Amino acid sequence: MKKIVVDGLKYKYPLSEALALQDISFEIEEGEFIGIIGKNSVGKSTLCQALVGLVPHFYKGAYGGKVLVDGLEVRNHSIADISRKVGMVFQNPFTQVTGSKMTVYEEIAFGLENSGLPREEMRQRIDEVLRLMRIEHVKDHSPFDLSGGQMQRMAIASIMAMKPDILVLDEPTSQLDPAGSEEVFQAIQDFSQQGITVIMAEHKMEKIAQYCNRVLLLHEGRLVDFDTAEKIFSREDLKDYGVTAPVYTRVCRALGVKKQGCDGYPVTLEDAELALRRSFA
Amino acid sequence: MIKVSNLSFSYSPAGPSVLSDINLEFDRRTTAIIGQNGAGKSTFVKLLKGLLKTDQGEIFIGDYEVKMKTAAELARQIGLVFQNPDDQIFKRTVLDEAMFGLLNIKIGKSTAERLAVEALEMVGLEDKLAVNPHDLSLSEKKLLCIASVMAMDTDIVIFDEPTIGQDHAGMEIIRRIIQELKKKNKLVMTIIHDMDFVAENFDRTIVFNNGKVLLDGETREVFSQKEVLMEANVEPPGVTQLAERVGLKNTILTVEEFVQECGK
Ligand SMILES: Nc1ncnc2c1ncn2[C@@H]1O[C@H](COP(=O)(O)OP(=O)(O)OP(=O)(O)O)[C@@H](O)[C@H]1O
Ligand SMILES: Nc1ncnc2c1ncn2[C@@H]1O[C@H](COP(=O)(O)OP(=O)(O)OP(=O)(O)O)[C@@H](O)[C@H]1O
Ligand SMILES: [Mg+2]
Ligand SMILES: [Mg+2]
Repeated sequence: MKKIVVDGLKYKYPLSEALALQDISFEIEEGEFIGIIGKNSVGKSTLCQALVGLVPHFYKGAYGGKVLVDGLEVRNHSIADISRKVGMVFQNPFTQVTGSKMTVYEEIAFGLENSGLPREEMRQRIDEVLRLMRIEHVKDHSPFDLSGGQMQRMAIASIMAMKPDILVLDEPTSQLDPAGSEEVFQAIQDFSQQGITVIMAEHKMEKIAQYCNRVLLLHEGRLVDFDTAEKIFSREDLKDYGVTAPVYTRVCRALGVKKQGCDGYPVTLEDAELALRRSFA
Repeated sequence: MIKVSNLSFSYSPAGPSVLSDINLEFDRRTTAIIGQNGAGKSTFVKLLKGLLKTDQGEIFIGDYEVKMKTAAELARQIGLVFQNPDDQIFKRTVLDEAMFGLLNIKIGKSTAERLAVEALEMVGLEDKLAVNPHDLSLSEKKLLCIASVMAMDTDIVIFDEPTIGQDHAGMEIIRRIIQELKKKNKLVMTIIHDMDFVAENFDRTIVFNNGKVLLDGETREVFSQKEVLMEANVEPPGVTQLAERVGLKNTILTVEEFVQECGK
């Protein structure tokens, strides 16, 4: 089933001259895990915000084309309507903190308050995400008395607790330690395997290559390519878009070692190991 | 240049100890600080900069104890780029922000402006002098904070997660700045979670874990200790892991080293 359909999307922020998004079209199936990549300022966050309705409802500006999220046309529905289906983790966790809650626990509970869930279920969900994000030990801290990584973990936990159908994440692990970052990608992959549709903007190419079903490459507001990680990271012109391939791909490319049975280079640690072992043998 | 002895700290008297009994000396090697979220890395550098007061122990910069120094003296000696740029930025234009520290230590206006613009050129923000910092993107804000600290030309420069949100070009800018500082013989200390960047750019690596120093040594040496690193929620760089898996003998730190080793 098509979960997201974007058709000819164009968008310009109110006070800027250039279009932030230019004629973007793509479709995403239910349960896919999609990565959005591209250099700084190409429109990754803007596209994420177009999926949750902040573009255009919050930012205003000039808007053309269509975004359908689980059948709802974003332009014709309020942010509140859309947020019942889509949850978003923002690029800067600081901006996501409500500022009105005394503790991390209450902060995470906030999103569930209007969900109509029974108290017990709420409590269970909060405990579950506190554990999953490994922030149980700081649950009584003020949301601002956290380390940067802990704040980002809280931001992810708040959205996960709501169990949305569609998850949009804007560089959600930029401040996480390596093990934490790996755990978050695994947890998100579990969600997507349970049928949740995931869209994530990210600069960590190794993770994108390992976890995403498909990768959307943006450049100056336009969609350049939307394909598997292997296809995208084997593009000869990748540098022109300010993107570097995963380190595994760079090693294999430098050694001229391609993935067995295909024209592209390995993009993950496992595939690179296999290909290199074969070439050394 | 910096000597830390028996340093302990907690945010409130009854609260948990965030740093306990840290002993470290810093020389002019470029130094990375890595470790799990909440380990106390940012707290540690705020103590070095005198933004937090030590509970126990001493921090000496050169011959003087940090707590005996005035903020202005410290400003001339030690620059800190905050993890969260919104904690650092408070002026209304990019240029004012980059000049602020200089004016504060009584540098004349025209010199301050020249130094600020030079620093902004290093990070590619010279076209945005009149822009309000709050209209910058997260990665640009971070670069602005870096420029503001570079403008001060301090002997000690500390970056708290400078590469957050940076694309390839941004990473290259930061890499160049670190190399430049190293050439000028400054002490560069960087907190960072990007292990490949650590491997490529830092001579020494210190691993923090639960408020203590778990490992400290030459970067290559530190990244050869996979099991200990796991305790601190960190891992060797991707290229190091790949080299180990395919059976290369030495601890490899960069793509170039990998290719060279294969050619042998
Ligand atoms: N609120 C805003 N008002 C005006 N212009 C904006 C606004 N937010 C973003 N822009 C502009 O829109 C363009 C796309 O920005 P966007 O934040 O979507 O990029 P990005 O790909 O997410 O970048 P990054 O990798 O730095 O996060 C940029 O030119 C940016 O300056
Ligand atoms: N203002 C504060 N009040 C109380 N506790 C705090 C405060 N700031 C940080 N802490 C706690 O102190 C510990 C160390 O935080 P610190 O910010 O130094 O960690 P860090 O190593 O920099 O982590 P990260 O990698 O996530 O940035 C954390 O457990 C955090 O919750
Ligand atoms: Mg963005
Ligand atoms: Mg920190």
